[in-house]
Amino acid sequence: MSTATRPPAAPPPPAAPGPGASKAAGPSRGTGSRLKRPLLYLLVSLGLLIMAAPFLWMALSAFKTDQDLTASPPVWLPTEWTLGNFERLLDRLDLPRYFLNSLLVATLVTVSNLVFCSMLGYALAKLHFAGRNKVFGLVLGALMVPGNLMLLPLFVLMSKLQLIDTYAALVLPFAAGAFGVFLMRQFMQSIPDELLEAARMDGAGEWYIFWRIVMPLVKPALATLTIFTFLGSWNNFVWPLIATNDPDKYTLPVALATFATDPNQSAGSNGMLMAGSFLIVLPVLLVFAVLQRHFTQGIATAGMK
Amino acid sequence: MSTTTGPAASDAAKTAPGPGGKPGPRGPSTTRKDGGRGKPRLGVQNLAGWLFSTPFLVLFTVFMAFPILATLLMSFTDFGLRNVTNPLDAEFIGFENYTKLFSDEKFLKSLFNTGYFVVVGVPLTIGLGLLVAVLLNNGIDRARTFFRVGFYAPVVTSIVAVAVVWRFVLDPADGLVAGLASEVGLTAPDFLGDEKLAMPSLILMAVWRNMGTVMVLFIAGLQAIPTEVREAAKLDGAGPWHEFRRITLPLLRPTMLYATVITTIGYLNVFEEPFVMTQGGPSDSTLTVSLNMYREGFNFFHMGYASAMAYVLFVVIMGITVLQLRLLKDNTK
Repeated sequence: MSTATRPPAAPPPPAAPGPGASKAAGPSRGTGSRLKRPLLYLLVSLGLLIMAAPFLWMALSAFKTDQDLTASPPVWLPTEWTLGNFERLLDRLDLPRYFLNSLLVATLVTVSNLVFCSMLGYALAKLHFAGRNKVFGLVLGALMVPGNLMLLPLFVLMSKLQLIDTYAALVLPFAAGAFGVFLMRQFMQSIPDELLEAARMDGAGEWYIFWRIVMPLVKPALATLTIFTFLGSWNNFVWPLIATNDPDKYTLPVALATFATDPNQSAGSNGMLMAGSFLIVLPVLLVFAVLQRHFTQGIATAGMK
Repeated sequence: MSTTTGPAASDAAKTAPGPGGKPGPRGPSTTRKDGGRGKPRLGVQNLAGWLFSTPFLVLFTVFMAFPILATLLMSFTDFGLRNVTNPLDAEFIGFENYTKLFSDEKFLKSLFNTGYFVVVGVPLTIGLGLLVAVLLNNGIDRARTFFRVGFYAPVVTSIVAVAVVWRFVLDPADGLVAGLASEVGLTAPDFLGDEKLAMPSLILMAVWRNMGTVMVLFIAGLQAIPTEVREAAKLDGAGPWHEFRRITLPLLRPTMLYATVITTIGYLNVFEEPFVMTQGGPSDSTLTVSLNMYREGFNFFHMGYASAMAYVLFVVIMGITVLQLRLLKDNTK
């Protein structure tokens, strides 16, 4: 079956609920009284500065010499910019390795979440199967269970399967999350049933409908899920800490935390620690700044009743 | 397109005994508003529905349902290091772990610390998040995205990096706060080394980090309030404060409920902050239940005991969540 059989009058992609509404309501709402406006901006800017201060301090400190780091009163700008902290950190820690570990794990987790969560999301939103409500109940229940509850048996299970210190141990427990299912279901519900029915009348199978019709329509949701899952995995700490003993399998946060909490290694190494934090945080902040709309959307969607 | 179904006619024939062993269409109740067109395909949808659910359900069963049950079972045993290789050798000891917990001063202290974290941290996080959301939504039209990104940025950053940075900021010798204090002739306390100040410092950091999530939720909630409602209130002469109290706040209740519940659950589980910042010290003043559980389980390998802790925490979380849902729902009336 070619795409030609798709009904020509396919409705436009369903508008994502979050940002559409926000844009409509956004700029038109200038309600605060005019006089107080500058004061308001001052207040919010001050708040933002407080929020940003630790980041600024970190970023600048990463490039400071030891003298500047311990200077009193503290100096914000390095008197002499140096890459020494990064060089020393690279000598001590195999950062490229940890970076690749984090990247590989996050990529695998993201891809599997995109596929599996979308599949179940589609089934829950658009397929009328016996037990659908029970499966959805399971998903909602899974959203509420604290992750720490599962750590101990997961560790035993991974030990029994001899998967400790493997990428499988880092990926499998996060390969399909309930949040993703919930998010995809919410978005897919807004696709008109008529469109899918028309495809079915044309003889399209469910897999075809899912893969060729529904998935392209929910690209904004897929983007949202990608960012959430990727960053969630990139920043994940507790499980990688438990599931790895071999430094070769450490992810960035585990490597940095191990380094930071070991007094033998990290004594007097604030510069190195700032450089390490900077390297973990920078890519995330850049990605986030560019794609922030999807975050807002995802949180808003997940929060909807 | 391997799963392509046959022509509609053959489908209709198949619907009688549904593929899942269950009767296919359950009478008219399953026919939808699509004019009954979906009806002849229900059998196929039933099969497809389960096939589409299978990957998730398999992963869910192995990596979630099984561990949840296993934790419960382990909590009634003396599961220790040797049982990691021989899980079935663990001895059943009934409620011994649980009774031991409630005479364990360390555990009671961790329970208290966690409660402290929640009781102080949640209102601060919700309050500040709401404040920023209202300010951004009602008076800021320029650079709104910029502000929103700024306030949300700590949420997306690695907790490990954040903790490392805050440790440095709060360092009594050459930290930022200590330096700023000495500028004005004050001596900054040793925030993380002082029993009384360590927990408030961690809370401050958590509030800083999590406020953004709450802010985004409230912004979404505020934007769902129709402009007409607020304009009508204004026409009736409501001032900004009155409008906020009587119109905005009640309409934000569902968001408030959701934000409070997820923040509380998150803070009840707090682990990373004390793990990276203080390792539970000084003298256990920042030992939370999760950190205590982690230590008992993975440092001392008292896994049965740690499982009991996990379940006590789980029950506490469920209880508090249900309570919050009740309290906050009832308030709407």
